[in-house]
Amino acid sequence: MAAISLTGLTKVYPGDVTALDALDLEIRDGEFFALLGPSGCGKTTLLRTIAGLESATGGTVAIGEREVTALPPGRRDVAMVFQDYALFPHMTVRDNIGYPLKIRKTPAARRSAKAAEVAAELGLADYLARRPGQLSGGQQQRVALARAMACHPSVFLFDEPLSNLDARLRLEARTFLKRLQRELGVTTVFVTHDQAEALALADRIAVLEAGRIRQLGTPTEIYRRPANTFVASFIGSTPMNLLPGTVRGAWIRVGDALLPGPIGTDAAAALPDGAEVVYGIRPEYLRYTAQHAADVPGALPGRVTVIENLGSTQLLTLDPVAGGPPLQVTVPEDLPVTVGEPGYALPRPERVLIYRDGNLL
Amino acid sequence: MPSTSPGGDAAGLGRLRAALFTAPALLLIVAFLLFPALWTLYLGVTDYRLTGLAAADPSTVGLDNFERALNEDRFTDSLWLTVQFVIGSAVLGQALLGFTIAWLLRERTGVLRRLVEALVLLAWILPSSVVAFLWIALLDRDDGTLNALLGTPGTAWLLEHPMASIIVFNIWRGTAFSMMLYAAALGNVPPSQLETARLAGASTWQQLRDVVLPRIKGHVLTNLLLISLWTFNDFTPFLLTGGGPDNRTEIMPVLLYRTALHGGELGYGAALSVLMLLANLVIALVYVRLLRSRTKEPAA
Repeated sequence: MAAISLTGLTKVYPGDVTALDALDLEIRDGEFFALLGPSGCGKTTLLRTIAGLESATGGTVAIGEREVTALPPGRRDVAMVFQDYALFPHMTVRDNIGYPLKIRKTPAARRSAKAAEVAAELGLADYLARRPGQLSGGQQQRVALARAMACHPSVFLFDEPLSNLDARLRLEARTFLKRLQRELGVTTVFVTHDQAEALALADRIAVLEAGRIRQLGTPTEIYRRPANTFVASFIGSTPMNLLPGTVRGAWIRVGDALLPGPIGTDAAAALPDGAEVVYGIRPEYLRYTAQHAADVPGALPGRVTVIENLGSTQLLTLDPVAGGPPLQVTVPEDLPVTVGEPGYALPRPERVLIYRDGNLL
Repeated sequence: MPSTSPGGDAAGLGRLRAALFTAPALLLIVAFLLFPALWTLYLGVTDYRLTGLAAADPSTVGLDNFERALNEDRFTDSLWLTVQFVIGSAVLGQALLGFTIAWLLRERTGVLRRLVEALVLLAWILPSSVVAFLWIALLDRDDGTLNALLGTPGTAWLLEHPMASIIVFNIWRGTAFSMMLYAAALGNVPPSQLETARLAGASTWQQLRDVVLPRIKGHVLTNLLLISLWTFNDFTPFLLTGGGPDNRTEIMPVLLYRTALHGGELGYGAALSVLMLLANLVIALVYVRLLRSRTKEPAA
């Protein structure tokens, strides 16, 4: 078990492609840490550089007290679970799990006992003699986890561990993984492009874009207060509405409507009238009503163009009367709405976020 | 099988017309493949010669030719030389070198890779006669390039080390096929499996043993089967050494050629070619057996 500390980590691929740009990051001992970002943001490169599968162009990687920047992967005391699990198809489950021990020249009897022990922990006891091809996706994933656990590494690295599972199994595996990590207490870094997965699993998340960390924080911090419009539009199962507006005293003018400024910060109110800002509000924090007094501010008039049924809620797409980008509103499942009807979106002021030049005020 | 058409087959041709359509091709096969093969079998049991009395009126001698071959030192020596040639140049040489090049180039792209591939392929696609001429120039005693490079003037490579020379020659000439086959096979090994082994601390050798070889076993066997057969039947070394000196490079195809066409003993030559065919069959059977045991294994 160990903390991971990255200092000025840079990775430049041939052809001047910068995958990691002077990145500093401290991952605490025992933490479940997510690297989140769209494809090509450098999150996988970062994970592979920690593993030693990629060599850093500049900067250092330290695991625990050891600086490992120049060490080969096999001497970093890390174990990785790959997206495709990377099980050896010609070996039995027992041999797969025991493989790292075999490389470490552990005697066959101890290896086999250890493999059986770890397999039992993960509910694989009955499959030791099988080959990976005879297992389901979820079982294969647990074999890959067991192999990573077998040699008690100080760090686990997971590369998109859940993305090869079907939706239902993914939820199960997510809960399983979180419990397992709690129990083992091993520092774990995992890469994902799925914001829901990162929010659900991680103790802390780093959101990456173009080789840089755009925000670092707990899932709650990142969900409630995305530090910039990139993170704001990336996090949340329905993307945040980001509406261009101008400051008008304590209010923000969006189109023809005056919407309430944020509560709890007067940063927006301190701006001069007419300053251009982006008004951020999640669909979940907008209220929808079909009737609204015309002279009362705080509501954005529009017309319902799309209704998506999400089960427990409905997602409405509202085209503002005054033009501008459409916005989305989450409403309860039982609210009667028809496509084409006029309606109003009312933001909850305590959830309003104001961005100026892309950054949260 | 649905047979709705009037002819009883999918195209509605009927047996006769279908047969007529395939007849020209079948005729060619019979004339140029089947007949010569059967003719060779027949010749093998005669004392047919290129010239002389037996050319006009060959008589059947039964299995005498085969008995003679098996009792003759020249045949058994030739067989042994062929085995050395196949193992040395194909199984060890081409396969190992081809794999090594493919392995070293697997993560490279760009100029270096294309250059190496082009050079190796060039050796493969050049006509035999051209290649033989190049190698004679390379290995020449007086003005040879190799002697100039090594600083060993006066070394007659083809006379002093004839077998080694044709083995090296054939490795150089045939490595391209193995290289390409292994390059394709290595492309099928998931990088994540190699990386898992690396993370466990496996050395290159351990990665090859535990991850790569089990994965490409089928490719290896197919490759060995093909290059063994090709090398066993390869005649190009004759262009370098003519089977000499002192029959020291008289591999089977060369022995056959010299017996049948230089010596004029067509009957005996035919018997030798039947024996070669049997040897080929044995090689093929061994590999096919190994391949089959491999495909059965995962189900066990």
